[in-house]
Amino acid sequence: MKMKVIVTPKAAVLDPQGAAVREAMKHLGMPEVRSVRIGRYLEIDVDGNESELTPRLHELCRHLLSNPVIEDYELANAEEGK
Amino acid sequence: MTKFAVVQFPGSNCDQDCVGAINSLEGARAEFVWHKETSLDAFDAIILPGGFSYGDYLRCGAIAQFSPIMQAVIKDAAAGKLVIGICNGFQILCEAGMLPGALVRNRSLHFVCDMATTRVEVPHSPFTIGCPEGTLLRLPVAHGEGCFFADEQTLRELDENRQVILRYVDENGKVVPEANPNGSVQNIAGMCNRERNVFGLMPHPDRACDERLGSGDGVKIFRSMMEAIGRNRTQAA
Repeated sequence: MKMKVIVTPKAAVLDPQGAAVREAMKHLGMPEVRSVRIGRYLEIDVDGNESELTPRLHELCRHLLSNPVIEDYELANAEEGK
Repeated sequence: MTKFAVVQFPGSNCDQDCVGAINSLEGARAEFVWHKETSLDAFDAIILPGGFSYGDYLRCGAIAQFSPIMQAVIKDAAAGKLVIGICNGFQILCEAGMLPGALVRNRSLHFVCDMATTRVEVPHSPFTIGCPEGTLLRLPVAHGEGCFFADEQTLRELDENRQVILRYVDENGKVVPEANPNGSVQNIAGMCNRERNVFGLMPHPDRACDERLGSGDGVKIFRSMMEAIGRNRTQAA
């Protein structure tokens, strides 16, 4: 089973990378872009049952994969909808 | 003799500087401790040095916080032992939850390598004995992720408990944006926990222990730790 985790900087945290990319997009002819936030995408291949794994994966998301002081995360099944 | 442990993680690169700095002080002795060790009982103080532990993968310090030695660091810190985290060591302390807040990418997006002036905000910490409030310490900085961030509530608590030990200032000792090398909130350069025995800072006292290298101010921090440990021993005796 494949699970995905998307980690993004919290709204209150300055994202200078996102700001730099937004500027570049403006220079390349898209002044409509209001903001860009850059995060991290993790694809996790894991054996087992989703309902049993999910709480354990949430635990790892909080302790390792994201830092709750500065980041939010979303955990989902990466195969759904395929 | 005051014994310092300098923890080596895979990717630490200021471990040699720390050991060299400590061993140049009379009455102090530093030894390397590999991150797979599980006890720091033989030491009076712990240094988490700078570098790029685990290649800074995921986030700076994110993986090092789970190295076996960190259980000993957490246990000894809870018992009151002095712990200082320098640069990557500061990032590890924040990731491990031993200090509040987090260190994120410099506002400029550039790696900064420069001499910074910092101002002592708290004279009575175990890390600033002999440095009256307002003392200026010239310490080098070298980091890409040194922008300290904490939410409003945390910043209020840091202020109320006087946990901010060092701020970036200009040559006149003024907190100004131009003196802030990385965009840290309130120009915070170094801070301690509530109990005042765990200290994290982005500047490198280990690289400022010899006037010939541009500054000897880092010695004041290490000597202060030795003094604090000495006082504790006297009290215990």
